[in-house]
Amino acid sequence: MAEEQAAGQNVPQGFDPNLIGLAQAAVDDQGVEAGQTVQFVSFKVDDGEYGVDIMAVREIQGWVEVTTLPNTPDHVRGVLNLRGIIVPIFDLRCRFGNGLTEASPLHVMIIVAVGNRIMGLLVDAVSDIITTNANEIMPVPEIEARGDQRFLSGLITVQDRMVALLEIEKLFDIDDLVAQVSSAAE
Amino acid sequence: MLPAAHDDPFAQFKVTFFEECSELLADMEQHLADLESGSYENETLHAIFRAVHSIKAGAGAFSFSRLVTFSHKFEYLLDELRTGKLTADDGLVETLFRSFDILSDLVGFAQNGEAPDEDYGQGALDQISGYLNGETVTAAAASADEPEANIPEASIPVESAEAASEAAGQSPDADKNGLKHFRIEFTPREAMYRHANEPLLIIRELKDLGKTETTIDTSRLPALHIMEPEDAYFSWVFDLWTEYGRDEVDEVFEFVIDDCDLTIVTLDDNNNVVEVDVSPGLDSGEDSGFGFFVSDDKLSAGEVSDAPPAEAVAEKTASGLVVEPDVKKASVSATPEGAVQKPAAPAAAGPGAAPKASSIRVDVDRVDRLVNMVGELVITQSMLAQEVENSTIPPTDRVFTGMDELSTHIRDLQEDVMSIRMQPVKSVFSRMPRIVRDVSKKLGKKVKLITEGESTEVDKTVIEELADPLTHMIRNSLDHGLETPAERLEAGKTEEGSIRLSAEHRGGRIVIEIADDGRGINREKVLHLAREKGVVSEDATLSNNEIDNLIFAPGFSTADEVTDLSGRGVGMDVVRRNIQTLGGRVSVHSQPGAGTRFQLTLPLTLAVLDGMIVSVAGEKFVVPISSILETVRPPEDDVERMVDGSCVVRIRGEYIPVVPTARVFNFAGGEQDPSKGLVILAETEGGRVVGLLVDELSGQQQVVIKSLETNYKAVQGIASATILGNGSVCLILDVDALAKMPALIPAGTMNSNIHKNMAAQVAAE
Repeated sequence: MAEEQAAGQNVPQGFDPNLIGLAQAAVDDQGVEAGQTVQFVSFKVDDGEYGVDIMAVREIQGWVEVTTLPNTPDHVRGVLNLRGIIVPIFDLRCRFGNGLTEASPLHVMIIVAVGNRIMGLLVDAVSDIITTNANEIMPVPEIEARGDQRFLSGLITVQDRMVALLEIEKLFDIDDLVAQVSSAAE
Repeated sequence: MLPAAHDDPFAQFKVTFFEECSELLADMEQHLADLESGSYENETLHAIFRAVHSIKAGAGAFSFSRLVTFSHKFEYLLDELRTGKLTADDGLVETLFRSFDILSDLVGFAQNGEAPDEDYGQGALDQISGYLNGETVTAAAASADEPEANIPEASIPVESAEAASEAAGQSPDADKNGLKHFRIEFTPREAMYRHANEPLLIIRELKDLGKTETTIDTSRLPALHIMEPEDAYFSWVFDLWTEYGRDEVDEVFEFVIDDCDLTIVTLDDNNNVVEVDVSPGLDSGEDSGFGFFVSDDKLSAGEVSDAPPAEAVAEKTASGLVVEPDVKKASVSATPEGAVQKPAAPAAAGPGAAPKASSIRVDVDRVDRLVNMVGELVITQSMLAQEVENSTIPPTDRVFTGMDELSTHIRDLQEDVMSIRMQPVKSVFSRMPRIVRDVSKKLGKKVKLITEGESTEVDKTVIEELADPLTHMIRNSLDHGLETPAERLEAGKTEEGSIRLSAEHRGGRIVIEIADDGRGINREKVLHLAREKGVVSEDATLSNNEIDNLIFAPGFSTADEVTDLSGRGVGMDVVRRNIQTLGGRVSVHSQPGAGTRFQLTLPLTLAVLDGMIVSVAGEKFVVPISSILETVRPPEDDVERMVDGSCVVRIRGEYIPVVPTARVFNFAGGEQDPSKGLVILAETEGGRVVGLLVDELSGQQQVVIKSLETNYKAVQGIASATILGNGSVCLILDVDALAKMPALIPAGTMNSNIHKNMAAQVAAE
């Protein structure tokens, strides 16, 4: 299903369709959990590179116009019809406090499952699948005052690049959402 | 009967059993109410009896001994009642209700795997015993054939309880030696062993009943090399002398009835076939079969000799989503070629022939999936239609005919699929007499409940959500609406108050009314309280209707004292919210001294709605057709602008506040001037009319409702979402919420304070 969906879309630049296959294969592979090996789908937002747990990723697709939800925080881009399911799409750049993404078909939505909710992350591009060892994940240093810091669960280094691991639960903590919306409404 | 993978091999059967129990209990409750109202026939008693009996039988199968013991006693009491040895006076009905409660509780305990206290339900048992002992003394005096009138106490083990019950109803056929002689011809079919049944166990069970003489017929046994190890080749003839009744014998064969040919006849001392022992009492023909005992070949077995009472079947149909075939009654009946056909039970001799397997039990999830799938199909179809329309295909092309047909078929399919989930409101209405009864008793009021339109059908999801609000409202009417008998007499009314509960279809929605003939809403008091509690400001002027509707405001209660029934001031507020989440509305109309009428309007289904597609600032929205009254483009002169920038339009002399949809949603652009855009006059709950200002209308469409909350959360002003033909998500407007949203503060209009309060309340949530 995921392959078909994404293949039908305009495949964005820097987006390797094979990734989906890989991602799917990795998701199917229950053996991943057996060792200490962990896998992440990495993607880019501005200059930063981020990763989300591959087990949370349901599919990846190019940006399409979404339906705006009135009176919601800016980072809520709207809702998307994902084969009959209404899925909210969140703009990660905006969530990190760097303004709205000027979304084009070259941008990518990573559809993730958080708990029993399905949601989409709007990012610039998907870059890689990172396989690493759990003990190579470094804690996030406290000093750095970046907008994204509170959503990070760790850092890993991949070929001299630093990839920040996102904790999606924190990113879209429902209570957090509620708090934001009511403050936006006031 | 494949063993389930769980620890308990019977788990799945238990699930079915409890499902059936809840259906039976619901039926019973209704019949009990009929019984109380005096409008009952013998069939009512039979139906209650059957329900208890069925529960007992199932409970026995799963060894829920407490349940068996209690239901047995209960059943016995009912039997006395239906055979006319007892009459259903008030006290007895009270006992029946009490026993019903305990039975329900015991079922609940069994379901949750809990053990009730040792003396649980003892009070009711004592009551029953009281009735049995008191009344049956005379009965026994009249007929000496009732030796078992003093039934064993509640502590009797399962088996003997069953036995005693059967024996109790049996007596007249017992021969003078106290032993009955049955001849049983038992020929297992091939499938018997494959269904994990073992004749040896049956034979042992038979032996337990009494003295047996057994002859075996081995003539069918083939030579060893062609013998199938899992096939059955023997048949037996048993002569059984027993003190037990026919039902006991039948029960031995209960599990194998579909896998064997069985003939049971009763013989007299001279081995002549006597009339088969159909006692009007505990006849097995009234044994309601549990669905899980039915095997696949039940129809081919061709032993449907007992016509289940048509009414009972109909009742089940009414209460369950999808219903048990009821083809197989647990009775052990004769083979088609059997010489002695068991006559149908008296109740069964009534209307209707034996229904064939006309329904099946289906998991609700599967139906839901089907409904969803059809919803998707509708969307895909309309997308296709749109594409074809916009293509260069010549209009004469066969594609168009095909698309038309597809559209028709899909629409039919959708209707049919939706109708699967439709259920009559009876299942909810039937709970109400009980509530009325209990509450009115507590309050010392005399109340008659009249129900109408019970067969009105509505989607299952709606039904489920209906019970709580209805209960609240009925209680409210009883507590606040109706007066005490003394007050009523003083007011020149009859002592007995009435509550009319009715349901009907109206314009694609279901309308439920709860009308009482009580004192009506005390508007002065309501207004006073509302001011006191700050629900409205001191200087607000409200119309009568608006005052009446204040009772739905949060934290509002007019009862002088807080009772345990109502008066905590949460009731009506909660009712309104519940109904609103269902996409329904609730309003109240009251006439002082003459009564109060609550009206609920609900969509027939929560899955689809008829919507008007509108555009606001380039975005498309759906407005539920059900709330639209009309659409106008008011002339410039009829638009009045307020100081704060809001507008009202004058329509036929009335001022209607305008909701500037684009502004409320903070959308850039969009028409701000009502005289240039379109104003959709929509009715909110409570009957208030507001005008939604939109840019244009783009047509009417049936849309499939999708929840926003599944993956996101509720958005103010938006009820839910849907998917349009082009695959894009379209939001469905919540007119009521929109009317209360902050951008709309029509200062100067008379209800402004209500709005402010409501807006504040909505924001606070």
